[in-house]
Amino acid sequence: MATQQKVFIDVAVDDSIREDAAIAAKLEEVCPVDIFKNADGHVEIVDANVDECVLCKLCLEAAPAGTVHVRKLYDGTEL
Amino acid sequence: MRFFEFEARKIVELAGIPVTKYGFCTTPEEARAAAEEIGGPVVIKSQVLTGGRMKAGGVKFADTPEEAAEHAEAILKLEIAGHMPRGVLVDPKAEVKQEYYASVVWDGTAKRPLMLFSDMGGIDIEEVAEKHPDHVGRGHVSNLFPIPDFEAKQTIAATGVTGSALNRATPILAKVARLFREYDMTLAEINPLAELTDGRFVALDAHMEMENEAVGRQKKLLRTELNIAEDDDREPYEHSAFEEAVAAIDAADHRGVIQGKDHGFTGNLGLVIGAGGGSLTLTDAVRNQGGKPANYSEIGGNPSVAKACGLAKEVLEKDGVEKIAVMMSIVSNTRVDIVARGVIKACLELGKDPGETIAIFRIPGAWEDEGFKILERYGVEYCDRSVSMWEAAGRAVAKIQGEGAAA
Repeated sequence: MATQQKVFIDVAVDDSIREDAAIAAKLEEVCPVDIFKNADGHVEIVDANVDECVLCKLCLEAAPAGTVHVRKLYDGTEL
Repeated sequence: MRFFEFEARKIVELAGIPVTKYGFCTTPEEARAAAEEIGGPVVIKSQVLTGGRMKAGGVKFADTPEEAAEHAEAILKLEIAGHMPRGVLVDPKAEVKQEYYASVVWDGTAKRPLMLFSDMGGIDIEEVAEKHPDHVGRGHVSNLFPIPDFEAKQTIAATGVTGSALNRATPILAKVARLFREYDMTLAEINPLAELTDGRFVALDAHMEMENEAVGRQKKLLRTELNIAEDDDREPYEHSAFEEAVAAIDAADHRGVIQGKDHGFTGNLGLVIGAGGGSLTLTDAVRNQGGKPANYSEIGGNPSVAKACGLAKEVLEKDGVEKIAVMMSIVSNTRVDIVARGVIKACLELGKDPGETIAIFRIPGAWEDEGFKILERYGVEYCDRSVSMWEAAGRAVAKIQGEGAAA
């Protein structure tokens, strides 16, 4: 049976940090539900975990302001 | 924890209640030797933790040791209701004048042990209680104080038993009550308690069940007296496919707790419930308002979206389930928005409309405002703590019954 991903939440990162190994490592470390993966120095979004986002904002604090975007698809707002 | 008959018989013996000379055997040769030692006609009984032995051919009579060995050989290979026997019990065929019933059960309402006695033994006590209520005596005993014989005597006398039979049965029922308490039983039953032609009273069959939580403190009885191994857990409960699937989902993710039970539930309303006694309250509220639960599934402790989704999917895929009710008490730290995401996602993944499929969502608590936004987005009826659990359950029942009536 198909598993639907990113039904409630969408997470994206700006290109400016996508290849930043330090930020990739930090994002992987802080996210409590493993949405970010440090893929050999790249920031990778694990789609299967995005709907698990607990809206803790730790990723927003771990990266330069405005470079990580967490959007609630059910009301269209962004953290 | 349930006991085999041969173990229950040993417990009865330890309590000082007379039993017939019996032998527990695991081979036909042992059965032959036991029959020889007993002498005379014997009965061979399969030792399984299930009922219906007689009907299934698990109880046979033998007049000679050779016949006893033959029957034992057949019974040892006989599967009864999915259970292979642990062995056979070889018992003398007693000359019975009258059969009685003596037991002690836990009375959850009175919160005390309850003695039961009947002069119509050998058959189900439920049947006797229904058809011949004047033949069943009842009497509570204390949880703390010594159990005097006179309380057992009053219970027996209430069935009309008098004279020598009353005097002989009294210490037996009192001893059953004492062993019930001493060994933390939930059921201690002798059926039949036989009055033999020579006037003696003996336990011909016994059924014992111990409180599972007491197993740790009853090591002397279990390990020393009965030689029951520590890993012999006697799991009497066979999990359904639904229960196993839910358990697997729970085990795969450490976040939160889910559990599902569905034995005896065949309704059309799936329940995803929980929080501080809320599960039982909500199940009762559904049933008392005419609803038919399809299961009893608890959720709590902040599960992941995937876990909530997995549980809801299992419930929705059960035969006969038309809608689910997602309800909790207010004593919960489980995040409302996470559970809302999970149950809605389950509907979507099964191709169902969450607004049609979720009859009611009543989880007050942490992050409820965020949860309500999600529920509104998908058209799911929800309510906060201003709506009682009773009313929320009633709304779910009305919704599912309304649809049934319209169909």
